[in-house]
Parts: sequence; C-alpha cells; structure tokens
Amino acid sequence: MDNTLFERYQKSLKKERRFVRLYQLVILLLFFGGWELFSRNDWIDRLIFSSPSRVWLTFVEKVSDGTLMIHVSVTLMETVVGFIVGTLLGTLLAMVLWWSPMISKVLDPYLVILNAMPKVALGPILIVALGPGYISIMAMGALISVIITTIVVYTAFKGVDPNYSKVMQTFGAKRWQIFKEVILPASFPTIISTLKVNVGLSWVGVIVGEFLVSSKGLGYLIIYGFQVFNFNLVLMSLLIIAVFATIMYQVVELIEKKLIKNQD
Amino acid sequence: MDFLQLENIHHSYFSSKEAKEVLYDINLSIREGEFVSFIGPSGCGKTTLLSIIAGLFPATEGKILIDGEEIAEHNKSLIGYMLQQDYLFPWKTIEDNVTIGLKLTDRQNKTHKVTANALLQEVGLPNVGRYYPRELSGGMRQRVALARTLAVNPKILLLDEPFSALDYQSKLKLEDLVVETLKTYHKTAVLVTHDIGEAIAMSERVFLFSANPGKLHKVFDIPKELQGLSPFDARQHPSYGGVFQSIWKELESLG
Repeated sequence: MDNTLFERYQKSLKKERRFVRLYQLVILLLFFGGWELFSRNDWIDRLIFSSPSRVWLTFVEKVSDGTLMIHVSVTLMETVVGFIVGTLLGTLLAMVLWWSPMISKVLDPYLVILNAMPKVALGPILIVALGPGYISIMAMGALISVIITTIVVYTAFKGVDPNYSKVMQTFGAKRWQIFKEVILPASFPTIISTLKVNVGLSWVGVIVGEFLVSSKGLGYLIIYGFQVFNFNLVLMSLLIIAVFATIMYQVVELIEKKLIKNQD
Repeated sequence: MDFLQLENIHHSYFSSKEAKEVLYDINLSIREGEFVSFIGPSGCGKTTLLSIIAGLFPATEGKILIDGEEIAEHNKSLIGYMLQQDYLFPWKTIEDNVTIGLKLTDRQNKTHKVTANALLQEVGLPNVGRYYPRELSGGMRQRVALARTLAVNPKILLLDEPFSALDYQSKLKLEDLVVETLKTYHKTAVLVTHDIGEAIAMSERVFLFSANPGKLHKVFDIPKELQGLSPFDARQHPSYGGVFQSIWKELESLG
C-alpha cells in the first residue's frame, strides 16, 4: 500500500478542517467587530443596537453585583426541567398510544388540534391556574414540546419494522417485553432527534413564560431592559441564552453518540 | 408417529372491502424429525399457513396439534420461526441476539452465555459474540439467526424462505448447515420456499399448494437416495433431475 498517498489525504483533511475553523472565527470576529464599529461611528442607533463593549460592561457589572448568576440559574433550571418533563411526558403519552390502538384512534383528532394550537397562548391560563411562579413557567416549557414529542415518538414506534416484533412473538414475548426489547431501542434515534427540537422549544416556552410573569430570569431581564429602554441588558441576555441553548444542544448530541453508536 | 397435525384448516383475511379466502381445508401431518417443504405459486397461502402453525394468529377454522396437543400459550415455545431476512436486532450484540429467546422465557442469566457460545460454535461462527450484526455479512447473520432460533430448543422449526435474501454461494452453504444441524438434533422442520431445487435437496416430502384459495394439491415423496445426501450433493445426484421435472410439470399445470 502506498502510505504517502494516504498521508497526503489525511493532511488534506486536516487542512480543510483548519480552513473551516478559520472562516468560522473570521465570521465571529467580523460580526462583533462590525457591530462595534457601526455602533461607535453612529451608523446604527446606539440606543437600540448597543455595542459589544457596552454589553460586556453590563455583563461585568451584573456578574460582580451577583444578580446575573441568579437570573441565569433560574432560567436554566426552568428550561432543563421543562425540557425533561416535556420529553418524558410526551414519550409516556406515545407509549400509551402504542399500547392501546383504541385510545390512539380516539385521541387522533385531539392530538392534531392540540398540536396546531399555539401553546404560548395558554400562558395566561397557566399562570392563573398554577400561580405566577416557577411552576407555571416550567409548565410552559414542558407544554410547548409535549404534544409534538408524542406525535413524533408515536410515529416512530409505529414505524418499527413489524418483523422485529414477529421475531419476539415467536419467542412468546409479552407486549411489554416487545416494547422494552424492540420498539423502544429501535426508536432511540427518533427520540434523540425530538430531544434536539425540544431543546429549542423549551427555551421559547420558558422565555415567553418569563415575559408574562416572574421577577427573575433571563426572560425577565429582557422584558425589564425593554421597559426601561436598556438594550445593553436585552442584548446581553440574548447572548447568554444563545450560549446556554448551544451547550444544552451539545449535551444532547453527546447522549446521542453514547446511546446509538451501534445502530446502522 | 405424527408430530404435527393440521386438521381442516380454513383461513380468510378480512378487510373493510372484502373477505378473501386464503386457505381451504388443509389437512396434513408431519412425522417427528421429518423435514418437509411447502411450495406453490404466490398467493397459495403457504406463508400464511406457516404463521398459523407458529401461533402468530389463529386460523379462522380448524385445529393444529403438536404431539397430540393443541397449541396454546404454554407450548408455543415448541416452535422456532426463521424469516426471510435475519432480523437480528442491530442494537444488541450477537451474543445478546442469540440469547434473546432465553431471556424472555427464563431468568437464569448465567447459563445463557454458555448456550450462546456453543450454538455459535455449532453454526460455524465462534468468537463473534461481542460483535454487532452490522459487522457481519448476510450469510453470517442468517447463521446467527439460526442459532437464535435453536437457542430456545424448539421441537419444530418453521423456515420462511430463510435463504431467499442470500447470494447463491451462501445459500448453498447455509442449506447444508441447516439440514446437518437439524438432523443432529432430530428436529422437525417445515420449509416454505419458491425454489423447487431447494425443496427437493433439503426435504423428505414436498407439499405442493395451489392458489385462490390455497389448497393442498399434491404431496411428493423425495426418493430415499436423495434424502441421505446433503442438499449440495443431492443437487448433483442423477435422480434429482427427474424429481425436479415432475414437480415442475405439476406446478406448471396449476397455471
């Protein structure tokens, strides 16, 4: 075998990767650099669009007086709980539907209606019902993802090749055994991809929830910043949300790698 | 002694538009340790009949007796079923795939590993227990599926065209392996196939079905001199051609 060819190929791969990283960095620097430049020269409205340096100053100030920590942890907690509850509840509902074809037939139109309805519109009702606190915000984060999770995961359950179940049946497997050994593991890839969607959805639910009610959290900071016309604060919160949403997404990808490394 | 008996089996499929009769008054019996094949044109209900024997769903009418007893929950485990494709679970290792049937019926996990290794050895695949199905070739996977079917020690093996998805070479090798393994363990087997040659080479009797509705048309006894040979050698035997011709003509006459 010609090893030099292979080495050259590997080198070209490495080179390409470095280029991609470089361009990604350039875009990032251009974005923040341009933002700063435009703002300093008054090419954009400094009051509305702020600037990276001012956002940074706000960030430092909020970190040093200790308030940012509280806001971030509140929102993060609400989002993570909303995300987990939404996904688990959705998967559980999907299990019920799979278990009983009768229930699934009966509930079908209701699922369609619930899915089509904008869940954030339920916000006011939730707040009245559950009180203006963490609970209703977490409920919001969960509610926004639960129906779509149910539909997608149930579709995945139904889509599993029936011959796998047939194999189990010939071994005299009970229905729950078929579920545990075949249906669930076969659906992991789909469940994971709904997790990825749900990360984004839960953030929407929680931030909207905080817009409506609450005196803590990043959603609150955004609304507060907007009310007192402090857009440094708004943009800082947005950037923090972007960072944490990305981290959550990465965590899900990590789980994905661990869970489905052996599937075709 | 008749081991598997089918008495007056009728079966119909119902859909919202029509009822279709697929099996009409099937009566047949198979001796213990015998290897038989079901052949016939498509739509003759041979796979349906196999599924009914496997207990996947009940026949509309009729009785199935195994060893004189009707099949029910408690003796379902007497039957092993192999499908067209291996359907190994891609998320389980080969070893876990082989032992899945045991895991479902018996909680004693310790002996499973030993059973799995012995069976993999038997089908000519030692040392693959830790692999995943995607790492094996089609022929190897179907051999693992055979090991998985044998693991629960069934009395009857139902083979639903298990060689049809394989390349010709793997198919011939696997035919030999299946016949040899089943003879060793003195298992009764029913093979569904559309390949006349395969039916002749592997079985002792061939049941020919006609279609619409599926009826048992004729039973062929395979000559003794072919029965003693491995499927590969049987195909080379001088009397193979004659048997093939007679079954072929009968199949043609069905249209």
